[in-house]
Amino acid sequence: MNRPDTNAPAEQITYANILFYGCWGGLALMLVTYVLYVTGIMDPYVSMDNVIKYWALPVGQYLADNNVPTGWGWATLLKNGDFLNFLGIALLGGLTIVAYIPVTLAYIKKKDFAFAVIAALEVLVLCFAASGIVGGGAH
Amino acid sequence: MKLNTKWMRILGGAAMGALLLVTLAWASNNPELADEAAKQMAEATGTTSALPWWAWPTILLFFCFILGIIAVLAGVGGGVLYVPLVSGFFPFHLDFVRGAGLLVALAGALAAGPGLLKRNLASLRLALPVALIASSCAIVGAFLGLALPGHIVQMCLGGTIMGIAILLLVSKNTARPVVTKQDALGMALGIQGAYMEANGEIVEWKTHRTIMGLLLFILIGIMAGMFGLGAGWANVPVLNLLMGAPLKVAVGTSKFLLSITDTSAAWVYLNQGCVIPLMAIPSIVGLMMGSFVGVRLLAKAKPAFIRYMVIGVLLFAGGKALAKGLGF
Repeated sequence: MNRPDTNAPAEQITYANILFYGCWGGLALMLVTYVLYVTGIMDPYVSMDNVIKYWALPVGQYLADNNVPTGWGWATLLKNGDFLNFLGIALLGGLTIVAYIPVTLAYIKKKDFAFAVIAALEVLVLCFAASGIVGGGAH
Repeated sequence: MKLNTKWMRILGGAAMGALLLVTLAWASNNPELADEAAKQMAEATGTTSALPWWAWPTILLFFCFILGIIAVLAGVGGGVLYVPLVSGFFPFHLDFVRGAGLLVALAGALAAGPGLLKRNLASLRLALPVALIASSCAIVGAFLGLALPGHIVQMCLGGTIMGIAILLLVSKNTARPVVTKQDALGMALGIQGAYMEANGEIVEWKTHRTIMGLLLFILIGIMAGMFGLGAGWANVPVLNLLMGAPLKVAVGTSKFLLSITDTSAAWVYLNQGCVIPLMAIPSIVGLMMGSFVGVRLLAKAKPAFIRYMVIGVLLFAGGKALAKGLGF
């Protein structure tokens, strides 16, 4: 009887490595941008007193009263300390999408088409969520 | 790998220290904001307080650090404790708490994922089909959660949290469920694998009742997105008790699965403006550092006691959310 293989498949290792470096890179970036923000080295778009006032209120009111953009609008405000923090957050949010791409290619190479389709569909679902195409439900 | 762990600890310690220092430094320059924060604390706790404004990010950092320790010891995800407790006892609106809760759960899952995948305790073959369903439905859940009136979401959240507490109390996971015959879909997708125990024993596994399991992930995805909870509390029983994955594989795959499910819901919350860095980042950093300490304490702690304590806390927090939703 053959000894079962307990090693993780190659595509699983690739995925793990992408998550490892991306996750810790994202957290380090988040920390640096947070320091730049709260020390006042970079001015915020929404003033600190307004953040404290509005974090107790529904998101719709926070967005409207402070003229905060939705979707990818934050990317145009990166010169502001508060929105600079979204870089690290977006990196964490984008990691899984990036990690799925080599996995999809590995499944295609192995002619495992069922999993290649599943992985490709997942990339589409996550890109759809990240795109901000659908929105407007927030109260 | 040892080097990586050492660097992670150094980075973690530096992170906690730096966050605390900058928050305190910022605090000392903005006395007028102290009044606003003190007022909010008074409203949240029902008492008057003389605490300065910078209390909230600092308290949140330490609160999440403790929460991270407790979550690991109790075997639950950070999000499931974070959302009811922070929405119940801090002045933040539920919209922002859910956004931060998803980021907390996502960061924790991303940090745990590599180790689990490399040791084959999280299986891509088991996770990928399930993740596709859960993450699609999490998007729907996130939109539902943001579209429904706040008190309805608060009520549903309270009911769900109390349900989770009961589930934790009554569910008896099985270390190695017996799967005599793999079902057709599980076999077609090749959902099976093997891992090695610490004593060198090789454990082979396969799943059954795959269709039923996949259907349940529709519901799990919707709830994860709607409440910003993460969904380890639901993933593990479905993977282990229903689909027959060994407990270690179910727990490992569930944790990894959160990194995919929560990614889709987190983007929706981020795109809708529900992420405030001032509160979200101390939450993420505090909880992750607490998780590292929790893992170290795991060998010495009494998990059964902590588990019952967490069940009690969830029942209390769930009841508070339910009462808040009902307007009491």
